[in-house]
Amino acid sequence: MVGARRIRLKESRGERLFGMGNVALMLALIVVTLYPLLYVLFASLSNPTLLAGHRGLLFGPLSLSLEAYRRVFENPMILTGYRNTLFYVVAGTTLNVLMTALGAYALSRRNLLLKNPVMFLIVFTMFFSGGLIPTYLLVGQTLHMQDTPWALIVPGAITTINLIIMRTAFNAVPVSLDEAARLDGANDWTILFKIYLPLSLPVVAVMILFYGVAHWNSFFPAMVYLRTRELYPLQLVLREILISSNVQNMTTDVSSGDVFAIGETIKYATIIVATAPILLVYPFLQRYFVKGVMIGAIKE
Amino acid sequence: MRTAAGSLDLAAPIALARRRGAWQTLLRDLRRNRGVYLMLAPVVLYYLIFHYGPMYGAVIAFQDFNPVKGVLGSKWIGLQNFQDFFASVYFARLMVNTVAISVLDLVFGFPAPIILALLLNELRWNPFKGLVQTVTYLPHFISVVVVVGMLFDFFARDGLVNDLIASASPTAFMQSPEWFRQLFVGSGIWQQVGWGSIVYLAAIANIDPQLYDAAKVDGASRFKLIRHVTLPGILPVIVILLILRLGSIMSVGYEKIILMYNPLTYETADVISTYVFRRGILQADFSFSAAVGLFNSVINFGLLLAANRISRRLTDSSLW
Repeated sequence: MVGARRIRLKESRGERLFGMGNVALMLALIVVTLYPLLYVLFASLSNPTLLAGHRGLLFGPLSLSLEAYRRVFENPMILTGYRNTLFYVVAGTTLNVLMTALGAYALSRRNLLLKNPVMFLIVFTMFFSGGLIPTYLLVGQTLHMQDTPWALIVPGAITTINLIIMRTAFNAVPVSLDEAARLDGANDWTILFKIYLPLSLPVVAVMILFYGVAHWNSFFPAMVYLRTRELYPLQLVLREILISSNVQNMTTDVSSGDVFAIGETIKYATIIVATAPILLVYPFLQRYFVKGVMIGAIKE
Repeated sequence: MRTAAGSLDLAAPIALARRRGAWQTLLRDLRRNRGVYLMLAPVVLYYLIFHYGPMYGAVIAFQDFNPVKGVLGSKWIGLQNFQDFFASVYFARLMVNTVAISVLDLVFGFPAPIILALLLNELRWNPFKGLVQTVTYLPHFISVVVVVGMLFDFFARDGLVNDLIASASPTAFMQSPEWFRQLFVGSGIWQQVGWGSIVYLAAIANIDPQLYDAAKVDGASRFKLIRHVTLPGILPVIVILLILRLGSIMSVGYEKIILMYNPLTYETADVISTYVFRRGILQADFSFSAAVGLFNSVINFGLLLAANRISRRLTDSSLW
């Protein structure tokens, strides 16, 4: 459409062939990536009995049925899981962003005597850790967070790479703004919350998204620390349904012969219900995520 | 290792400070920047408790740890736990499985995003390029529970994959040890190839367009441009990520394996970290599993140092 600015020479046959092969390969990649998700969507909307008798690919729901979704939404564990996950995402992400911003701001100061030692203390943890068991004993027993929501929120309060990303962004804020604010009598808290954070909104968005998605998808801390089922996040409920194939409390009214068929559609519907929120907002937020990865890639 | 390296890093500011009266300088700095230090305090405290706390806790690897008596009251037994692990029947299997999965992932999983980035860069029509990117980034946001749930479904004996193969004797992939590694690494690539390509695309975008123009004037073909301009342009990024990857060759994540494996597939699926999880958390054998974990951490750290040193010698890129 627009005249090419870069030099473009006539292509050889091999180059054109490569170009076409490349497009074909990318199309295949799109199919391989999307089709499993589409299959799940089609299957979740299918009639359970028809689906159980069906072999091979699906190109649409087999006689539209919302039966599976009705059962999923009537399952109290799914609803509790959803509510708990929302709580963990909101509370966890709030703490994450706050702590990360504090650390990033302090470590972006230029004249701090202890800056390099503290930075070393922090970066070292990216390469060496005490391991799973000492962490488990510390969090669960020493700190008594076993079977409390704290265990899912506090131990992961800061992800080091995110702290580095945010510090990189803060380093880009002009020092003059800082000095001007200080002359006007602003203290560090004012400078952080009134100057740095507002000027770094894209990065704050990236942080919220990275931390938020991590909380939404996390299951391991919950599996290790939580015993009370009422505290389970959605992913732990999903694990029971998808991997342990436990669909009993959604099929109590079903004759034993149909449990399998309905159980299958329930699994598919559960995947959709648990994944849809993230997949629906993702295309709109994609550029922020990508931005975060790119800032993280800058080496200091 | 920690104290040695730590004091090295502390040396410069402290030596400087000593000349002017170390404490006075430090105190003056603390006073002048007390607002900043107040903000830094919770962050440092967090790292000390939740990262350095477990490093201290790892001493139970040298004890016969009893949770009631605590770290200070438990009996010290030296290297007994480590000797038990090296002598155990599982040692060889765990090492082989960990390295096998890592190497498979290194050979197939590491180049995949690089190749995708190079191919994406060759697409001429930007809307299509954007579509491929949006679609391939998508699986990164699906939780590991859902991905493994889908694997169980698609690769079941009566699942979609067996339907498509249409063999007379369907394979129960998820229960077959010989299929575990392929499924683990393959699903990892499916999930991460697009997301992993972002870094390389960013590096490609930073290559000076004049380099391409100059090469074209010299008559370089499309393949020569990739080979002699694009690849060298992203080589530093490749090297850095390769060092990090080599440094974690002995650490295969337990989260996905715990969801994927079962006793039928342990012989190829059980890795060091999953073994630590079972022995430590499920069987409450704390000291022994802490020793296995510490052994793993130390090897990882050593590999990282070695990879970094080699890279610094062979290329100009290194982590530090």
